[in-house]
Amino acid sequence: MSACAFPSLPTRARRSWTAWAVGLAVALAALVLVAPALRWLFWDATWVGQSRAACGPAGACWAMITARAPQILLGFYPAGHGWRVGLAVAMLAVGLAPLAWRRRAGLTMLTAPVGALACLALMGGAGILPSVPSAYWGGLALNLIVGAVSAIFALPIGILLSLARRSTLPVIRILASAYVEAVRAAPLIVVLFAAAVLVPLLIPPQWSLDKLTRAIVAITFFEAAYMAEAVRGGLMAVPQGQREAARALGLKGWQVLVFVVLPQALRTATPALVNSFIGLLKDTSLIYVIGVLDITGVLRNAVSDYAWQGLEPEAYIFVGLTFWLLCFGLSRWSAALERRAARAQGAPS
Amino acid sequence: MSRPPVSLMTPARLAGWAWQALALVGLGLVLVMAARTGAANLRASGLASGFDFLNRAAGFDIAESAIPYSPRASNARVFAVGMVNTLRVTALAGLFATALGVGFGVALRARAPWMRGLARAYVELTRNMPLPILLLVLYSLLAMAPPPREAIELGGLGFVSNRGLYLPRIEWRWGSGTALAGAGLALAALVGIWRAAPTRRVAMALSISWLGFCGLGLVLSVSGLNLPRPQGFGFVGGSVLSPPLLALVAALSLYSGGYIAEVVRGGLAAVDAGQVEAAQALGLSPIQALRWVTLPQALRVAAPPLASQYLNLAKNASLAIVVGYPDLVALFGGTVLNQTGQAVETLSMILGFYLVLSLSLSGLINLWAARQARWAVR
Repeated sequence: MSACAFPSLPTRARRSWTAWAVGLAVALAALVLVAPALRWLFWDATWVGQSRAACGPAGACWAMITARAPQILLGFYPAGHGWRVGLAVAMLAVGLAPLAWRRRAGLTMLTAPVGALACLALMGGAGILPSVPSAYWGGLALNLIVGAVSAIFALPIGILLSLARRSTLPVIRILASAYVEAVRAAPLIVVLFAAAVLVPLLIPPQWSLDKLTRAIVAITFFEAAYMAEAVRGGLMAVPQGQREAARALGLKGWQVLVFVVLPQALRTATPALVNSFIGLLKDTSLIYVIGVLDITGVLRNAVSDYAWQGLEPEAYIFVGLTFWLLCFGLSRWSAALERRAARAQGAPS
Repeated sequence: MSRPPVSLMTPARLAGWAWQALALVGLGLVLVMAARTGAANLRASGLASGFDFLNRAAGFDIAESAIPYSPRASNARVFAVGMVNTLRVTALAGLFATALGVGFGVALRARAPWMRGLARAYVELTRNMPLPILLLVLYSLLAMAPPPREAIELGGLGFVSNRGLYLPRIEWRWGSGTALAGAGLALAALVGIWRAAPTRRVAMALSISWLGFCGLGLVLSVSGLNLPRPQGFGFVGGSVLSPPLLALVAALSLYSGGYIAEVVRGGLAAVDAGQVEAAQALGLSPIQALRWVTLPQALRVAAPPLASQYLNLAKNASLAIVVGYPDLVALFGGTVLNQTGQAVETLSMILGFYLVLSLSLSGLINLWAARQARWAVR
């Protein structure tokens, strides 16, 4: 496959010296840059303190992060109710749990929306617990909730859109294609603006949704278009013979779809879908723009505090590292899934 | 002509028609309701509608513009400024992202393991970092650069300070437009020479003399170099790349570079290993094999995903608002929308711009793919 897979070729002996020299120069430059950066990040850094004055001049000042840790995690959720946020995130995890269960992964389509609704109910109170308006939700938990809830509802919409795009009915096909292409042409920030200013204008005043719900709905319908493309790739990869065989066995149209075509299509589409989930999680870092206090919003507030002024680099580097760890973890997990699937495919029957 | 009567009225067909009619009616109802509510809400808040606002004076200043602009210019002019700024950022970042992406994409398949590791580290670092955050990190680091009085000097030619990057500006004798047109003409003539020349040798000789002639023209048309000089609390002369522009171009290049590297790697992986071996057997050096055998084939595979990366780059340029660079979305979806309150008009104009961009790029790629397919058949 790769060039390095042929170590026995005679050409390996005459390596290109220019390539080595260029590579060495690049590596040296990287080292010269990386060593002081690591020193600043960790070695000379201050980890705890009550204000910027506690921090040394040579290193990063992480004291702000440790001092504001509760807000960074939970936002301004009322004290004493933090357990609800923890339980809400756990509900999302429970809803997604069947994914790990290879034979019953399809069950997730039913459990995940239930988990998402349970999560939102816990956060808001649902009339049973003391009510907490969404203006108080925030922190990293909010990014996770917005990301997971939008992903859970975007996937079914995406599947429906991709099926509609392959429909034999021209009107349905054209409408779905137009929607997917238009949304994919638009930047997310324009869609968020539209949700913030356009939607309140076009719906009756008595239906008014709060800022956060509008953002979640906007992200859901935005990402659904991307998921539709991922699923469409999977649908195109299902051989026509599978459908015909299923019909020949006497399955009805919807049975062919649910039991034969979709399971195979979704399995093929999994890597692309996980990529769009990662994209969605990254996109949630943008919701602070409409005034929601997610992890970025909380830290922007923190650096405008007099005690922590001028710590923007530390704040954003921390947010970046947090997102990076989450996304990198997800992408490793997806790569492991892909390898497992490849092994299962390649295994002798 | 007699055909067997085809029944249009099978149950399946009827159901199909019913579904389509239902979809159209449903969509129509939603649209009519939205329009009615919108009109009522507009009347209630006393906002205007229609595109008259485009001719009115904008009344605000724009920090940087590539085309002439003043606060007295119309809102339509603001739209043009925004478009040009968006396209300028996209073009600049596209250039750097391509260089980074091709370089690291080739390095991802290098023989030396440490080189692969370095490239892998770059790709994983940039692809798993949200772009808005990368942008904020770079912007906040730029803000830590020294103030103009203690600016870092770049070999007497330019300065780096927290006000931006100051670079020398070339003064053209007959204006920069003439210079640009001349460069385009020179390039077109060069392509023409290579197309028309009967042999490589002739083409080489002709293009060397042509380039010499162009060099003479270049020397004649430059009237001077305008170097930035420190003065007071800032600089005079030269040209300046503002911190928002620098951060935006750097973040977009780094971010898209990671994605382009993966696309290039995928393209290289799709080239048959036998091709590389054949090139080696012919005695081509690794660099020659890359230049003449591997890359051309890899780019053929990689072109469609590459195009969608450039489109993503253009869309991501809308994050300019995060650092306050006046791109189309920040100017039109931000300032003009806030001043006029005409959300439907401004947002649909922005959407229209991105839709045209996206459709024309995918149209170009489809044309190109069709041409490639024709060649493959031959």
